[in-house]
Amino acid sequence: MIGVGKVKQYGNVLDKPLNKGKQEVSLSAFAFLFSELVQYNQTQVDNIGELERRLEDAGYAVGARVLELLCHRDKVILDPDMRGYYSGQSSSILSLKDLSLGMGNRRETRLLGILSFVHSTVWKVLFGKVADSLEKGTEHEDEYMISEKELLVNKFISIPKDMGTFNCGAFVAGIVRGVLDGAGFPAVVTAHFVPMEGQQRPRTTILIKFAEEVLQREARLG
Amino acid sequence: MAAIYSLYIINKSGGLIYYKDYGSAGRMDTNDSLRVASLWHSMHAISQQLSPVSGCLGIELLQADTFDLHCFQSLTGTKFFVVCEPGAQHMENLLKFVYELYTDYVLKNPFYEMEMPIRCELFDINLTQAVQKDRVVFLGR
Repeated sequence: MIGVGKVKQYGNVLDKPLNKGKQEVSLSAFAFLFSELVQYNQTQVDNIGELERRLEDAGYAVGARVLELLCHRDKVILDPDMRGYYSGQSSSILSLKDLSLGMGNRRETRLLGILSFVHSTVWKVLFGKVADSLEKGTEHEDEYMISEKELLVNKFISIPKDMGTFNCGAFVAGIVRGVLDGAGFPAVVTAHFVPMEGQQRPRTTILIKFAEEVLQREARLG
Repeated sequence: MAAIYSLYIINKSGGLIYYKDYGSAGRMDTNDSLRVASLWHSMHAISQQLSPVSGCLGIELLQADTFDLHCFQSLTGTKFFVVCEPGAQHMENLLKFVYELYTDYVLKNPFYEMEMPIRCELFDINLTQAVQKDRVVFLGR
């Protein structure tokens, strides 16, 4: 008999935890969709800066939603099956009381907190891995960089020579800006190719430049 | 180890969209490569009609004294063919792999215009890796 003693019996269908569903989508399907997004936007603009801005705006909408979703799912991370909450088991980390007190639904309020949230949590949900690196800019206090050797959206894309420094990572920059903006950290976010020594392909760096108010608040918080 | 002389990709109307030669043997100028491409396109089409049995999909292998020509046609009519040393092995696998690279790095690239010459850096990089000799042996497993 298969699975006897393993499957928990729920008296009421409403007590069953929600199925998390498939976490992955086809890379090809995404690549074609993204390619089409770039091609469509290309027909709507007459210069490259404009195209970059449009891709960023598309990403911004994704970022704003991703932040909302991840904050909401935060409690799920504490208790993957949510069994404790629904069936009232005493062993659960999270009880009904905690939820009503607003535990779970965590939102980062500090600069480094939100940056590592973007670098690990957001990246993991969107790209299935943590970003390659998160660094602080050396020249300016308000600049941070998230670098990726091979950005997922750029996996199949070769930029023609006549397009100069254009980077389709602008879409990802938009996502980062959407997340930061939604969390109350307004910033200017741009994507750049950075040549790597001993590597044939440049890596993509997402440059985050925070607004002055963010740094002032951060200083006040100590 | 068998050597590859050159690789061609032609679109469904017979236009050469990609040409690359490897090594000194069999090097051709641009005009000659265009000529080979359109000639092969026509011969391929004629062979389908001249075939004594029905359902023929065209020439897959042309064997000459000094070279072999292996051809692979995708369902959309794009043809990939490779000119190589006589008796070279595993060319079908190589062509299928080139087709895979084409679908990945050319067709998924938003800056590529269908049926036009292929100028995609990533396609070049990955193709060069695939054609490296040890890689061909690996493909033939």
